[in-house]
Amino acid sequence: MIANVGYFVLVMTFLLALYGAGAAAYGALRQRPALVESGRRAMLLTFPLITLSALAIIALLLGGEYQVEYVASVTSNSMEPYLRVTALWGGQAGSLVFWSWLMSAFASAVGLRRWSRDRELLPWVVVVTMVTLAFFLAMVVFFENPFARLWLTNDGQQVTAMFQPGGTVPLVPADGQGLNPLLRHPGMVIHPPMLYLGFVSFVVPYAFAIGALVTGRTDDRWIRVTRRWTLVAWLFLSLGLILGGRWAYDVLGWGGYWGWDPVEIAAFMPWLSGTALLHSVMIQEKRGMLKHWNMVLIIVTYALVIFGTFLTRSGVLSSVHAFAQSAIGPMFFAFIGLTFVVSLSLLIRRWEALKGENQLNSMFSREALFLLNNLLFIGILVVCFWGVIFPLISELFTGQKVTVGPPFYERATGPLWAGLLLLMGVAPLSAWGSASLRALGRAIWLPLAVSLFLPAYLVLSGTVTHWAALLGFWLAAFVGLVTLYEFWRGALARHRRAGESLPLALWRLAGRNRRRYGGYVIHLGVVLMAFGIIGIELFQTETQGTLRQGEQLTLGGYVVTYDNLRQWDSIEEGVNITRAEVSVYRDGKFLGLLAPRRDYYYVAQQPMTIPGVRSSPQDDLYVLLVGWEADPAAGATFKIYHNPLVNFVWAGGLVFILGTLVAAWPDREPEPAGQRAAARAGTLRPGREAV
Amino acid sequence: MKRAALLTGLLLVLLSVPSVAPAFAQEGEPTDDQVNAIAKQLYCPVCENIPLDVCPTQACVQWRETIRQMLTEGRTEEEIRQHFVEQYGARVLATPPASGLNWLVYVIPPLAFFGGAFILVRALRAWRRPAAAQMPVAPDTPDDPYMARLEEELKRRG
Repeated sequence: MIANVGYFVLVMTFLLALYGAGAAAYGALRQRPALVESGRRAMLLTFPLITLSALAIIALLLGGEYQVEYVASVTSNSMEPYLRVTALWGGQAGSLVFWSWLMSAFASAVGLRRWSRDRELLPWVVVVTMVTLAFFLAMVVFFENPFARLWLTNDGQQVTAMFQPGGTVPLVPADGQGLNPLLRHPGMVIHPPMLYLGFVSFVVPYAFAIGALVTGRTDDRWIRVTRRWTLVAWLFLSLGLILGGRWAYDVLGWGGYWGWDPVEIAAFMPWLSGTALLHSVMIQEKRGMLKHWNMVLIIVTYALVIFGTFLTRSGVLSSVHAFAQSAIGPMFFAFIGLTFVVSLSLLIRRWEALKGENQLNSMFSREALFLLNNLLFIGILVVCFWGVIFPLISELFTGQKVTVGPPFYERATGPLWAGLLLLMGVAPLSAWGSASLRALGRAIWLPLAVSLFLPAYLVLSGTVTHWAALLGFWLAAFVGLVTLYEFWRGALARHRRAGESLPLALWRLAGRNRRRYGGYVIHLGVVLMAFGIIGIELFQTETQGTLRQGEQLTLGGYVVTYDNLRQWDSIEEGVNITRAEVSVYRDGKFLGLLAPRRDYYYVAQQPMTIPGVRSSPQDDLYVLLVGWEADPAAGATFKIYHNPLVNFVWAGGLVFILGTLVAAWPDREPEPAGQRAAARAGTLRPGREAV
Repeated sequence: MKRAALLTGLLLVLLSVPSVAPAFAQEGEPTDDQVNAIAKQLYCPVCENIPLDVCPTQACVQWRETIRQMLTEGRTEEEIRQHFVEQYGARVLATPPASGLNWLVYVIPPLAFFGGAFILVRALRAWRRPAAAQMPVAPDTPDDPYMARLEEELKRRG
């Protein structure tokens, strides 16, 4: 019953989304406001309907209705209720419904904004969001139905169908297969929704951009309206990536947080193009330039959002043949191609109208440096894209599978990351418009000189001799100093002029221009992360050994002694747990016990290696249980990683997110720059600027 | 300029090609660290994108034992890698061997980057033609007199 209702609602929502898109497009083209309004209402209605459908899936998951194939594939009797709820996005069909639900929520949020403003753009926003929503709903309605049930034929065959085929009886398994054990982690519970939120939020700026192209509004209205959406999308994507990294570090047991896995890269690519966009839109806002480029960036970001979902959902990564056999792979491929071609055609149609209003005055101006920043981000994007699709190309043309692994990405993107760090240090000191090398030099010499103290100290003290590490540390220090200097001189100016205390001056300075100073906080987060990444990438050490009870391994100044090992079955969770205890010492001082574990999930036939980690600000000691003898006292094998500075990655991640929140926080007052720009274009409207 | 770009590109390509580590003969029982040093560079065909040194599956445990066995026999690192390539194909390597179509994986990114840089330089030069009437630069928050004064002060100090 619940399944039938859920499916019926999904079908209705699919039809409604199609109607919404059609009505809004027709109404806009034929100047029929009533039809546009009808399209908008259809859009608003999709949200409660998909909510109903998602609740139906959750009810089935919680109720253990294993006749529904999706429920049987992602839950089991042993799973906690909260994990059953999160199984909504633990499998293919459910995650597509979840994607659609978020899409409809965001579309509705746009639909609820004051409709009197941007009357010409909004019908096309309805069209784009509803077409995207209809596509995802079509995937679940026609190919990946989360409500399909299991049936047993007379000859004992198991079939999956929504409605009972003739000659079959319902098949109700006593237990389900359960969620992939690796996904039963708090980080993994939050990580996919964050990524999906990021993906879906990017659809909104894209929809406004397409609206601008269709209607021929060549000013920067679409950018101003969607500035906050873009930041929110970027915030969620960043959060998703950071949480994913933390999950990998805690659960996957390979001593790191980022493995350049195609699934990771799928989420990283829209982040890269989105980051380039966040910088380049500022050039359009300040200087009226780069209108074409910003359109290209948002179109590419949208394509990458769909491409990312396609990569992870179509099975194409395991094999191109799996992709061809999967029901949704070719559909995704066609949708990406179609939307990309249509978007570019619209852009070409408006090419002349989008010519820039200004010209570049100096190669050392901030806009020129931002362009360089865009080149580097897109360079990294090309490396990532090519690294992900090359194995598919190779398999397609030569039949040979190849692996494009971390060494490729690290070597190819390393110099580009270094270039970006350098730019992060230089660009904040450059000026918009006219800028001379001399003026830039005057601003830069002091932080540059001071930052050299760090590598000099590291070399003279003998701490670091690796040239790449020295370069990286120097660049990070340079960026950090420049950013702190920017805060300092701004706060000092306020302090001198208004007599405010320095902390108050700093607070008000950031509050007055959240976007700029939020951006600087993000830069500080990147500096911290850079220290952490250099630390773990260049100075990680590891060792492995088989120890008898009481024996020890030494690494990075730590001594790890094997104490004992226990093994037991957890019947209710269907898992066998092997847990070792080791004592950690440094300089003869006992620091504590660690308990690395190996869990084996019987139903999934999957082992899971959970490290024992001792964290300190300067490093992590990361101990893995690799194996053990039949008599545990006779020997257990441990792998130990020493990860210097890794906690700077997490601390930097927090600062990064904090900075994004500062930049994206809603303004209490209208943004004057936006009003002035609108006034210039003769399109000033009352009310607030941002969505 | 073009020559420098070409040389840098070539350098990047060369840097991207997997390096061949020096072979070493083995004496006595190899340590886990010696086994892992080789396993780290290999990927088993089943466990996608998990390096062999950290993969917990039984198949990968056996692969590591094979490496240990071959090290005991005195085989070099390169010979061991080659053994796995012959058995399971080039996909066991962390990066594709630079031959045939695989060259593209190393050539395309630098080509695309320098192509992009070339277009950017051309565009920057084209934009630098003096404009008759320039749109003034919009300061960050000029309607706020406070920030305007601050900006002014920063300019004078900077």
